[in-house]
Order: sequence, then C-alpha cells, then structure tokens
Amino acid sequence: MNDLTSAENIDYSCFPDERGHFGIYGGRFVSETLISALDELAAIYGRLKDDPKFQEEFDKDMAHYVGRPSPLYHAERWSREVGGAQIYLKREDLNHTGAHKVNNTIGQALLAKYSGKKRVIAETGAGQHGVASATVATRLGLECEVFMGEEDIRRQSLNVYRMKLLGAKVTSVTSGTKTLKDAMNEAMRDWVTNVDDTFYIIGTVAGPHPYPELVRDFQSIIGREARKQCLDQTGKLPDVLVACVGGGSNAIGLFHPFLNDETVKMVGVEAGGDGVETGRHAAPLNDGIPGVLHGGRTYLMEDENGQIIDTHSVSAGLDYPGVGPEHSWLKDLGRVDYVAVTDEEALSAFRELTLVEGIMPALESSHALAYAKKIAKDMSPDKTLVVNLSGRGDKDILTMADIDGITV
Amino acid sequence: MNRITQRMNALNEAGRKAFVAYIVSGDPRPSVTLETMNELVDKGVDIIELGIPFSDPMAEGKVIQSGHERALEHNVSLTSSIEVVKQFRERDNETPVVLMGYANPIERKGYQIFADMAADAGVDGVLTVDLPPEEAVDLNAELKRVGLENIFLLAPTTTPSRIRDIVSLASGFIYYVSLKGVTGAGHLDLGSVKSKLSEIRKMTELPLCVGFGIKDGASAKAVSEHGDGAVVGSVFVDRMGELANASDAEIVSAVGQLAANIRLGLDS
Repeated sequence: MNDLTSAENIDYSCFPDERGHFGIYGGRFVSETLISALDELAAIYGRLKDDPKFQEEFDKDMAHYVGRPSPLYHAERWSREVGGAQIYLKREDLNHTGAHKVNNTIGQALLAKYSGKKRVIAETGAGQHGVASATVATRLGLECEVFMGEEDIRRQSLNVYRMKLLGAKVTSVTSGTKTLKDAMNEAMRDWVTNVDDTFYIIGTVAGPHPYPELVRDFQSIIGREARKQCLDQTGKLPDVLVACVGGGSNAIGLFHPFLNDETVKMVGVEAGGDGVETGRHAAPLNDGIPGVLHGGRTYLMEDENGQIIDTHSVSAGLDYPGVGPEHSWLKDLGRVDYVAVTDEEALSAFRELTLVEGIMPALESSHALAYAKKIAKDMSPDKTLVVNLSGRGDKDILTMADIDGITV
Repeated sequence: MNRITQRMNALNEAGRKAFVAYIVSGDPRPSVTLETMNELVDKGVDIIELGIPFSDPMAEGKVIQSGHERALEHNVSLTSSIEVVKQFRERDNETPVVLMGYANPIERKGYQIFADMAADAGVDGVLTVDLPPEEAVDLNAELKRVGLENIFLLAPTTTPSRIRDIVSLASGFIYYVSLKGVTGAGHLDLGSVKSKLSEIRKMTELPLCVGFGIKDGASAKAVSEHGDGAVVGSVFVDRMGELANASDAEIVSAVGQLAANIRLGLDS
C-alpha cells in the first residue's frame, strides 16, 4: 500500500505494483483455485508485452483487421454551435465491430493463443464485448462461450443474434439481478471449473490482477494515437480529455498515455441515470464507497450491509455497480475528475451529434459528449477538448425507437 | 485453547473424523437458523460453518447461490448472523462455529469492529473465500488480536511453495477444496484428492478438512480417509430450498436426518 495522497510527482506508468495494487485499490480478491491461473496469465503477459513478435502481431491486427489508427475528427460544426473550445472526437466507433472493445479482445485472444488455450469465455452487458470476443475467437478458431444476464439478453436481442452468427454459445444468467455483474460472477464460476483449458477474456479494466493492467495496456493505443494526432493537427497537447466510465476501459485507454502530462485535464463521465440524487444511477465514483467485488478493491454501489445494489442507466454498457480500480485511485489522487450526467442529458447529446455532425454515437459515449458540451462552452476557442467516441449507436437504435414510441 | 483445536484434538484421540456442516445464515428464513444449528450438533456435526449471505457469491454453485438469495430476501446480514451465533452460545459452549463468506460485508463493517463483534458472540474462526493470504494481512492481524482462527483454502491448483506460505499463516484447520469448480459440483476425483492431501500433510500439522462436491456419508468417508474431516454444504442447502415453504420444525427435522445419515457414513 502506498501513502501518496497527492497527484504530484507520481510516475503513472509505474502502476500497478507487482501485486496489482493502485494505492489501496485493485489487487487479487479471488478464491484460491484461481490464483495459479492468474499467476500464469501475469507471467505470460509479462513475457509477451515486450516481445517484438507479439507486439508486431498485435499492431498488424490493429492496422488491418480493426482499421487503426482511428481518426481524430475535428467536429467543427458542433464546436461552433456549442460556442467554446474546439471539440475533437476520437473515432473508436469506426473500429471493426463498432467500438473500442475490440482493441482488448484482440490482445487477449492473442494471449489465449500463445497460452495454448482452446476455449475462451467472456461476460457481456450490452453485448459489445461479447460480439468483440466472438469475433476474435472465431477468427482464431477458438471455442467461445459468452455469459449474459437474462435481463440483458431480452434488452439486447440484436447483439445476442450477432454472437450466435459468429459461432459463439450465449449462456443466459438467471442469478441475482440477471445483468452484467451476475454474468461476470458466472464467467468466474466457469473459469474456476475449466481453468486448465479456458482463457477468460474480461471486457473492462476490472477483475483481479493482472486484468486491469493488461486491458489498460491494450486500450492505451487509443491515447497514444490521440496524443500524436493532436500534436500533428493542433501543434499542442489537448487541454481536456473526456470519456464515459462504466468499468472504464475506454476512458483509461484514452487517459493513460496523458497521465504524466500535467497540463492535460481529464474528466470521466459516469451514468447518472435518473440523477445521482435519486439513487437510481450507475455512478459508484460519484456516490459509492470502496469495497471488494469481482476480484479487486474499488468504488462500489452497495447497501449498508455491504451487499451490491441494483444500478440503473439507459445505457446497458455503463450499467455496472463497480469501476476499474485505477479509476478509484485516480479519483482519490485528484488526477481525474469524475462527474455524472443523466439519461436525459445523454439522450439529448445522442440526438444532437447525430443531427449536427451526422455521427450516431453509442449511448455510452453520449454521456461523454453531454458533459463535453457543458464544459466546452465555457472554454475559449483556442482550447482543445478531446472526447472519446467509444462506440457507434447502431446497437441503440431499438432503444431510441422505444423511447420515441416507434415500432421498427 | 480455541474450540476448533479442542474439538479436532478430541476427535483425533477418539480416532474419528470431523464432520463440518455448512448452512447459510437465515436460509430459507431467519427463524429456522438457530434451531437448525442445535439440531446439527445433536445429530453429530462437529463444526458448524455458518455462511454469510452475499449478493455476488462467486465461488458458489447454483444450490448455495439460491440459499444466499433466499436469505437476502429477509435482509439477513453479517450483523444478524453474528447475533445468531451469540444465541447459539447460550446453549452450546463447545461446538466450534466458523463464519464463511465474502470480503465485502466484512470490509463494510470494518475489520476491527467485525473482529470484536465476532469474538464477543463466540465465533471461533473466519473463512473469507475471496481473501487469499496476500490480501488478508490486515484482517489476519485483527482476527489474531481477538483470538479468532483464520481458516484458509488450499486448492488442487495451489503450488507447493504457496502451500508452504499459506499453512504458515493458517490456524484452526485447513480447508482443502477438493476440485476445480464451485460448491456442489459433481466431478469429485478421489485419486487427486488423496495425492494432494499427502503433499499438504508433509508441510503442516494442522487438521485438513476437505470440502466441495461431497454429497453423502460415503463420499464424506472417502475424502476424509486421507484427511481429518469432511465439509458438507450443498446437500443441506438444497434441502432447505426444497422445504422453503414448510414449517420451521419440518425443515429442522429434515436437515437433522440428513446430518445423522452422513455421520453414520463417516463413522462406518
């Protein structure tokens, strides 16, 4: 445990420590049976992350399969209408499979291949990570099973069918709240049972060490590209970065390569649901307390007895009671600000970007857009604000139609 | 001497194996738990593991998950479960009670407050499923301060060097997880249990109790032949679920019958 209470003089690239701790957060809170599998994963990742052959394979897939680098797009018209800072969008929505999730699943599937595992499993909420996992699994000839809450299967039928078309088995999870957190419990149970031949592809920067570190590393390609693109296009570093935070993988991917740049301010936007004050939300960094879930210590939404409580968000991908441990640490250090926007604000940002720029954002990313608009208008036009457009909104069309009372 | 060590020593002298029974506190409703604990003792259970219900019991199979859910419907908590142990101690001052659960309810309570409450109530040991030794340092210190045993898990996947580290921190007994899987799983492999137990035995004098996938007296006897006792849980919790709508007396009696049969098998 480290006692640093200030963000000054920290080299962010040195974390987590060798046991996966970010200050008091992170770590490895799992039953004994999984420890050896996590040790094995940490060892393999430790060896491969600096292996030129592995990196080359990853970079090649990023370029030719995913379509990277994703553009950094200057949303000139929207910036003008908002009337403040210049807003740039990091276009993760243009990636193959439609979101940032694939950066991580490509990396982890390569790890699975190098580990000699024949089967991969994944949890999914909205289905984006499930689709990204099924995609890379089928391409590498790996068996794939995706765990998904019964409630989410009902809400995201399109993605369920996509996964099936990609040859994955989708298993309905009926325990607890029947959503993402329960899907993650079930994936852990499967892993502990099939630990010899199965690789668990966790979809966000949560879970036991080394997952928060390796998922961050794979997603950091977002920030590395954005940093270079920003310097190329504007001749300077951005002033503010904004990204939505559910588990927090797209946000940490954008933020991490900038953490040591003191002048760059960062904001993580959580799902405020009906409003943080109503209790119906998914914003543990705004309204939660530190606890232990899914293998790590982090901010959680829980009741006075330490039971994890139901969350609410219009965006299934943000509907999770925990958050990656590195975010909890960055919050306590004050390096990143964490705010929340409501369902209503996010929906309005969805419509606005669609009409003004002809870009239909995912409802998750719409949370970041909504907050970017709020702060951009009070910034001067020579300032630069980068928003991570983490995914495209195609998957949300049925949700939007439902809200509009239209049967598609 | 702690009740767990006393009991294990007495069993050892008598040449008997320990029968450890797991039930979920407040399952299927809080009114039944105290009487069930007393009944288990009357029917030959040596150590009671009282499960603390948690919303996300990651290591449990379907049966025990359902037990946790039934208890949570009645708002059963760590505090109310410790209160049950206190009531149990009014009648029984000899049978060891171990609290078995997940880290978060204990984190929420605070390690120090939890340790004091548990010790005052007459709890003897604590087994926190998702708190491996690396993360258990602070809780360990608190448990030690109040004289509670910290029960650790060892698994088929635990490496020899790790076994050595863990047994040096453990006290009371070692809980050996018999298989790669969740509680109540159906693929117990006696051969691998035997070889792993003899490996562990070379590294510690602590009693070895074997759990996960033990369904009846015969499998309890089989696993305990190479150790010092057997832990049985899912079978009881399954019965609790089947009888969720029956009267308290019916539930207590049915669970007692199961326990009596397992005791018989274990001693045969």
